[in-house]
Amino acid sequence: MDLMANGFAEALRLFASADREIVDITILSLKVSGGATLISAVFGVAAGAALALNSFPGKRVIVGIVNTGMGLPPVVVGLWVTLFIWRSGPAGQLGLLYTPTAIVVAQVIIALPIITGISLAAIQNIPEKLRFQILALGAGRVRYLMLLVREARLPLLAGIMAGFGGALSEVGASIMVGGNIRGYTRVLTTATVMETGRGNFETAIALGLILLTVAFVINYGLTAIQQRIRS
Amino acid sequence: MGRILEAHGLRADRRAMPVLRVGEFYLDEGEFLSLVGPNGSGKTTLILALLRLIPLREGTVLFRGKEIGRISPAHRYRRSFAAVFQDALLLNTTVYENVAEGLRIRRTGRRETDLAVMKNLERFGISHLKSRNAARLSGGESQRVSLARAFALSPEILFLDEPFAALDAPTKETVIRDFETALKESPAAVIMATHDMGEALRLSRRVAVMREGSILQTGVPEELMRRPADEFAAAFFGYETILSGIVSGTFDGSFTVSVNGRTVEIAGEAGAGSLVTFSISPENIMLSGGPVGTVSARNTFQGRIERIILAGFYYRVRVDCGFPLVSYITGHSMELMKLREGGEIYATFKSTAVHVLQVR
Repeated sequence: MDLMANGFAEALRLFASADREIVDITILSLKVSGGATLISAVFGVAAGAALALNSFPGKRVIVGIVNTGMGLPPVVVGLWVTLFIWRSGPAGQLGLLYTPTAIVVAQVIIALPIITGISLAAIQNIPEKLRFQILALGAGRVRYLMLLVREARLPLLAGIMAGFGGALSEVGASIMVGGNIRGYTRVLTTATVMETGRGNFETAIALGLILLTVAFVINYGLTAIQQRIRS
Repeated sequence: MGRILEAHGLRADRRAMPVLRVGEFYLDEGEFLSLVGPNGSGKTTLILALLRLIPLREGTVLFRGKEIGRISPAHRYRRSFAAVFQDALLLNTTVYENVAEGLRIRRTGRRETDLAVMKNLERFGISHLKSRNAARLSGGESQRVSLARAFALSPEILFLDEPFAALDAPTKETVIRDFETALKESPAAVIMATHDMGEALRLSRRVAVMREGSILQTGVPEELMRRPADEFAAAFFGYETILSGIVSGTFDGSFTVSVNGRTVEIAGEAGAGSLVTFSISPENIMLSGGPVGTVSARNTFQGRIERIILAGFYYRVRVDCGFPLVSYITGHSMELMKLREGGEIYATFKSTAVHVLQVR
């Protein structure tokens, strides 16, 4: 119990002192996971809509892959991204290994199927007759897609929240492709793992609490938007 | 009056099953055409096909002589149309935005959009709901929004797919009345799918009867009601007395048919020995306590009342005369004649009131 109480006390101390390193780690976490979520949202919503609205041979296989991807183990993503950007790998000359960009790439691979899968379900869930009605109003392709996205904005926002959660909370891929380099690629999750490994439980608990707080604040903001749309 | 819409050789399939087979179809400027038929007869499919919202296996749809989707995309043509479906199908936004959306798609100016939206919200008595989310409306209010949205577009053709079917009777009456008023001020031609003959007869200038994806019969409502094309159409129009029998005698301008050992005289021509199917509308069958000697009706049969059913403002009486006959009588007549199930009755109808559906 002392360990936990000390952890909370340390967390409060870190919050109060606005420890520079912790602030930098938090900002990097937000930048990396926020960037990955933004990229995944743009491509994921588009891919989900494309899958929902078109029929083509092999669609079922692709949807199966997307759904499998929604539960992709981060360490597997980390392994494959590492192999890909390893100095002798296919994209080795880009020099991405152990950079924040590499973490973004890995987190996009984690968040993209989540957002695509939920977007697919959200758009598919719009009744066919409402789609007909939108077309009957004279909507062209672009307007049609915009109105469908607007109609499905509640579940789409839920998908983006899930994608952000997946990106922010994963650790395996970030540690493998980012290397947890102090002041450069260290993010909240990798720092938590490191401090736990060192036996610095107070710091680890504090970092975990900061991570939870960040996740809560972001999701609370998105939920507020979602519920305002609903009402 | 020119043709505004034509279709030739329409054929659509769903899961390799034919769902639409319409050889020729047309709609004139300002005309009101109803597509009638039971559920699954292809009315909605025809509307979706004419709007080019479902893929056609074969066939062409022409708007003012130009093939839809051939030279410019179908959505450009659809901007001359408006559609209202059975479910109001409103977007998850305010009532105002719903009515304005189609105008925005047409890039109508802000002021013009506002005028058109407000005019139509007022026309359908929903201007007080303009800021309300469309998801929070009642069924009647939603359908009014849907109709306001359609009329705000000043369409050249208005497609209606069972627009009043989901409404309760009193709401339906007020919505139809507002719709009729709006339509009087609009030059739009209308195609309405309905399974309700009452709606079709009230609103249409021409009616097309549909069955299994095909148009079975087209005509003005009175003509269709008097002369249904076949047994299916007769049953759909509400003819409950549909009988078959063999021609037992022919005379000058009439013939007799033997039905379950009873002889029915029918005006017209048919060869002896042919199998004739015919119908008699309920208002043409007169019921009486005894034989009616003074009327010119050729057919009088004694029978027993099988069933009396209250059907709104009248009673539906089913009589067994060796074959079944259905007549409607008022409550006042019921009381005067003291009718009861199992009682004796005489049913009388003229030979000219019999409509021959088929002679084989």
